[in-house]
Amino acid sequence: MQKHVVNSLADTNFYKKQVRIALRNSGIINPDNIDEYIAYDGYQALIKVLTTMKPQEVVDVVKASGLRGRGGGGFPTGLKWQFTKNAVGDVKYVCCNADEGDPGAFMDRSILEGDPHSVLEAMAIAGFAIGSNKGFVYVRAEYPVAVQRLNTAVSQAKEYGLLGDNILGTGFCFDIEIRLGSGAFVCGEETALMASIEGKRGEPRPRPPFPANQGLFAKPTVLNNVETYANIAPIILKGAEWFSSIGTEKSKGTKVFALGGKILNTGLVEIPMGTTLRTIVEDIGGGIPNGKKFKAAQTGGPSGGCIPAQHLDIPIDYENLAKIGSIMGSGGLIVMDEDNCMVDIAKFFLQFTQDESCGKCVPCRIGTKRLLEYLVRITSGQGKPSDIAEMEKLCEYIKDNSLCGLGQTAPNPVLSTIKYFRNEYDAHVIEKKCPAGVCKALMSYYITDKCIGCTACARKCPVQAISGKVKEIHVIDQTKCTKCGVCMATCKFNSIIKK
Amino acid sequence: MSKIKLTKVPFIGTEEQAAKLDAKLAELKELPGGLMPALQTAQEIYGYLPIEVQSKIADTFKVSLEEVFGIATFYSLFTLNPRGKNQVSVCLGTACYVKGSGEILEKLEEKLGVDAGECTLDGCFSLVETRCVGCCGLAPVVTINGNVYGKLTPDQLDGILAEYKPSNLKN
Repeated sequence: MQKHVVNSLADTNFYKKQVRIALRNSGIINPDNIDEYIAYDGYQALIKVLTTMKPQEVVDVVKASGLRGRGGGGFPTGLKWQFTKNAVGDVKYVCCNADEGDPGAFMDRSILEGDPHSVLEAMAIAGFAIGSNKGFVYVRAEYPVAVQRLNTAVSQAKEYGLLGDNILGTGFCFDIEIRLGSGAFVCGEETALMASIEGKRGEPRPRPPFPANQGLFAKPTVLNNVETYANIAPIILKGAEWFSSIGTEKSKGTKVFALGGKILNTGLVEIPMGTTLRTIVEDIGGGIPNGKKFKAAQTGGPSGGCIPAQHLDIPIDYENLAKIGSIMGSGGLIVMDEDNCMVDIAKFFLQFTQDESCGKCVPCRIGTKRLLEYLVRITSGQGKPSDIAEMEKLCEYIKDNSLCGLGQTAPNPVLSTIKYFRNEYDAHVIEKKCPAGVCKALMSYYITDKCIGCTACARKCPVQAISGKVKEIHVIDQTKCTKCGVCMATCKFNSIIKK
Repeated sequence: MSKIKLTKVPFIGTEEQAAKLDAKLAELKELPGGLMPALQTAQEIYGYLPIEVQSKIADTFKVSLEEVFGIATFYSLFTLNPRGKNQVSVCLGTACYVKGSGEILEKLEEKLGVDAGECTLDGCFSLVETRCVGCCGLAPVVTINGNVYGKLTPDQLDGILAEYKPSNLKN
């Protein structure tokens, strides 16, 4: 008899190398049922904090754990809590940044939808630590399920006496309100987010004063990202030492990445800091589909950069990613293969940041516009060789002079692609070619001698640009061709190429 | 920041809608930072933010219409234009873009005969570009009225649009 062995999920390559702390409950418990969260040690950390610890002890544990902001900045969470705790004020606020705006990242959504109580519990712990009785979750309106599950979670926690007045009879009061964003990327910046909760245009303001001293409604405020909060309860329960034993010297714990793009296994992966990009792409992600070659991995979204193949073996942490011209960011990780044009990718991100620039400061508002114009010219075949140096200069200017993180990091996709894929820029401006065949203005379709003269392409061409007799090689009239690609999709003999 | 497009469609609101908004505004008036939820509610009720409604909200919160307009035009989810019966959203997030959502959008513009951000003349479809909808594993993604269509290819579009309106399609 033949035995049929079925591997458990944990034994598949996708899960084997993951360490799930922030995502510990996502996909395992029913997020709409508080009892299931409690059954998985939920609210134990809050009970421990309220009944056995002093606020300063809580701050000390978070500090000792080495946890850093998972929204991208990487600021030590414990320090942030300490500053807010030290700030003088009768009213203080705890905010949660759930305005996940990086196009290509969805770890916060997954935590909010899969394990909303882990965020609420951590916010209550933060409230106890800094001396606050009120929390706000600022969540994207684009995530309706997350909003609904958060609301359910808040009302269930209140019902159980885990939020609200006199929590578990300890005298500690903490309430949480859910506020919705309305689609502005810049609201992920802390001062802009707070302005938005206050009901204003979400424009950043200069710091200092820092939110720890003057944040929401001008009161001392601590603001952390969803994933950061999701790490808090395990740190309290298992201890700072346990957490800091995971990861690298300066980056402790794990990081969730949203793996997407040209990769076999897409989805959320949570890996210990220090894991190499190669492990993520090849082992967990299963490599590039269709036998294509890896070209770059993009981290940090519109604020990050493209990492080329020669840096695949770098251990991922905040410092290492910064060193190679990218950033950790919130955790978007988009894999690109040889069919992606890096100039086009830079243009894509610039379009995004230009569109999302709030308009308050000139270097960002006008700088990104001019930068985008260069990229549009280059990708449409109008670029000059001198453009590249001029762009680099403009990039540095935007980085140095913008008010907030959006502007300061907007040039990163351009700078990193120029740094690692200079040959592609050169091909665009000098040879007027797009090596990846993406930039329409720079490529043409040709019929090779594989053509058997079946006439299928000629019949399908919407502008009658293809001519040729039956059983003879056909020809494309380049002056008529609109580069729609229908012929290439139609041909059954792979005789049409673009170059 | 994207260009502000003002609608030419005259504002028609029902008494029922007005009553609903009034009740909500009374609730939100005292809430710190209540202006955003007020605009969000108004858009839920009317589908967009007509200037008449903005004016009412400005009066309620005792701020100028300019301030309300400033907020309404700052956030991309607020729209000053009425929406079509069916909202077609093309995800232009990174993962979708890398997998060809730019082409999907182009084809939809062609098929519906409108640019992104516009509503078809018959009021049946409005086409919008959207940022990441958070299901990058399904890229490229289009949502219609919140229904998600993943791993799309351009040749599937006719079939999908037909689900929402069998006739009146180009091609």
